[in-house]
Amino acid sequence: MSAELMDGGPVRRRPNYRLRRNLTEASALAFSAVVVIWTLTPIYNIVAVALEPHGDVFTNDLWPAKPSLESFWIVVTEGYWYLEYFWGQFGNSIYVGGATVFLTLAIGSLASFAIGRMRIRYGWLVSNAALLTYVIPASFLAIPFYRIMNIYGLSNNLWSVIAAEVTFATPYAIFIFQQYAISIPIELDEAARIDGASPSQVYFRIYLPLMAPALVAVGTYALLLAWNEYLYQFLLLSSKRSMTVPVALAQFLNSDEAPWNYMMATAIVYALPPVAIYYVFRGRMTAGLTMGGVKG
Amino acid sequence: MADVQVLRSADALPLQAVSLSRPRRRVRRFGLQGSEFTWAVAFVIPYAAVFLAFVAYPVVYGLWLGRDPALYAELMSEPIYQRTVVNTVLYLAIGVNLKMFGALLMSGFFMRRKRWVKWLLLIYVLPWAVPALPSFMSIHWMLNGQWGLINNFLWSVFAIDGPGWLETSRWLALGSVIASHIWKWMPFWTVILLAGRMAIPQELYEAAEMDGATGLKRFTYVTFPLLANLYLICTLLSTLFTLGDFNSVYFVSGGGPALSTHVLATLGIRDAFEIARPDLGVAVVMSALPLMIPVVILLMRKLHTTEVQL
Repeated sequence: MSAELMDGGPVRRRPNYRLRRNLTEASALAFSAVVVIWTLTPIYNIVAVALEPHGDVFTNDLWPAKPSLESFWIVVTEGYWYLEYFWGQFGNSIYVGGATVFLTLAIGSLASFAIGRMRIRYGWLVSNAALLTYVIPASFLAIPFYRIMNIYGLSNNLWSVIAAEVTFATPYAIFIFQQYAISIPIELDEAARIDGASPSQVYFRIYLPLMAPALVAVGTYALLLAWNEYLYQFLLLSSKRSMTVPVALAQFLNSDEAPWNYMMATAIVYALPPVAIYYVFRGRMTAGLTMGGVKG
Repeated sequence: MADVQVLRSADALPLQAVSLSRPRRRVRRFGLQGSEFTWAVAFVIPYAAVFLAFVAYPVVYGLWLGRDPALYAELMSEPIYQRTVVNTVLYLAIGVNLKMFGALLMSGFFMRRKRWVKWLLLIYVLPWAVPALPSFMSIHWMLNGQWGLINNFLWSVFAIDGPGWLETSRWLALGSVIASHIWKWMPFWTVILLAGRMAIPQELYEAAEMDGATGLKRFTYVTFPLLANLYLICTLLSTLFTLGDFNSVYFVSGGGPALSTHVLATLGIRDAFEIARPDLGVAVVMSALPLMIPVVILLMRKLHTTEVQL
């Protein structure tokens, strides 16, 4: 009897039901179209402007009449005076990113090991200091930070930027590591200790290998932070040779008639690596990002 | 496969704010002794050094720079500063709430189990994946009154002469900045709230359906009560991040027209570096403290009571 009811119900109502389902589906599709347009318009604009041949930026086209890769060629061959050290600057960005990743992972994992696994006294104080650093907007610290870098004698030095990025990436690293370490049984550490392993052996042989997924998530976060961050790099780096790519990119805005097509081509070359990394490590990032964000 | 398993469990972490409590760790009965203590201290020292040298010292130095009450009197009498405060409040009130509410709705949309919805999500997160600078520069050019894409489109399709979005009116420019901020950051919060929604056990919905909760009731009686805490924490965090958001304003409107769309973060940098008054710049930033401190305290307490560590 109940089977009859369950069969009968939908059959009687099917036309109505199907109509409603189709309507829902259609409105979902329409909504998605709006979302896609909203999302892609600024990105479409980057590409469209970059494909304009030289001199044609000031047009009323929605898509370049004669798309050309000329601007990309200029960027790759450093053929414009704002771009004369482009590959050097690209190298600087990679250097800053690499150093930030290494130091963030090293400092963050050591601190989280001492707090979470060795349970050092006053560890909570360190955790709270890190949490506080995480919630203070980085841009609010920029003015005194700049002056202190002068006091340390690090002005116009890539290491001042690395120091800044590490400062703002380690708090996030410490939280993720502490959270993640909860899933690793403390008994492993204890067993190793009983077998005579020193704390550094436990750290290198047990803690680090088991933390690999968290290390990847935080490493990606730190790399993207260092690559994308602008304000500190702009304030701390002043000479063309020591600049990173975002600073060089913003330099275009200083001139009165900015060559927007070169600028957008540079922007694409600059944006491709982080976008690729983002999509490759998206799954890993998701694990980490649920606990915080890429700071703006 | 093992990795996937591990990540799944990590995905569920924010939901500790919702339901699960953390497994209790066995607490050591004795403190660290002898060489162990030395090791532990050695492990914490690098972070302690970073914190002291690059956080504590700048904070104290900043407090010292902005110690003179006369600076604040000077600020209060400045029309640019007054406008900046209004802008900051609007930016936070409209920007944060629209973004978070939009993210809440979008995360519901992305719960649909359709293949094309998964693809849409990949496109939707693009603004978050692309670095801020190129996008904001592009938006700046797109909104150019004479040559920008938006006005070109309005002209060629509707034959309307679009306004100079960033050049003429303070409110148009501020609206553009807020829209750009939402464009950039809504995907990020959507993904977080989506992870929160996914961690809600399906059985709850089934049980609710048995009791007759469908449609909107499903949301108000099941989803929202379980998500409310996470939503609140995200909103508080987003408030702080938005308060410190320098790039949106700096690259989209540049504070223009006529310095009318600055927020505290950009005005502080302008005062410190463009007109070379670091003390005034610090004062601008410090004047955000009355707004910031309650949010920080609320956030910290929320995080502690719900045992989520952000």
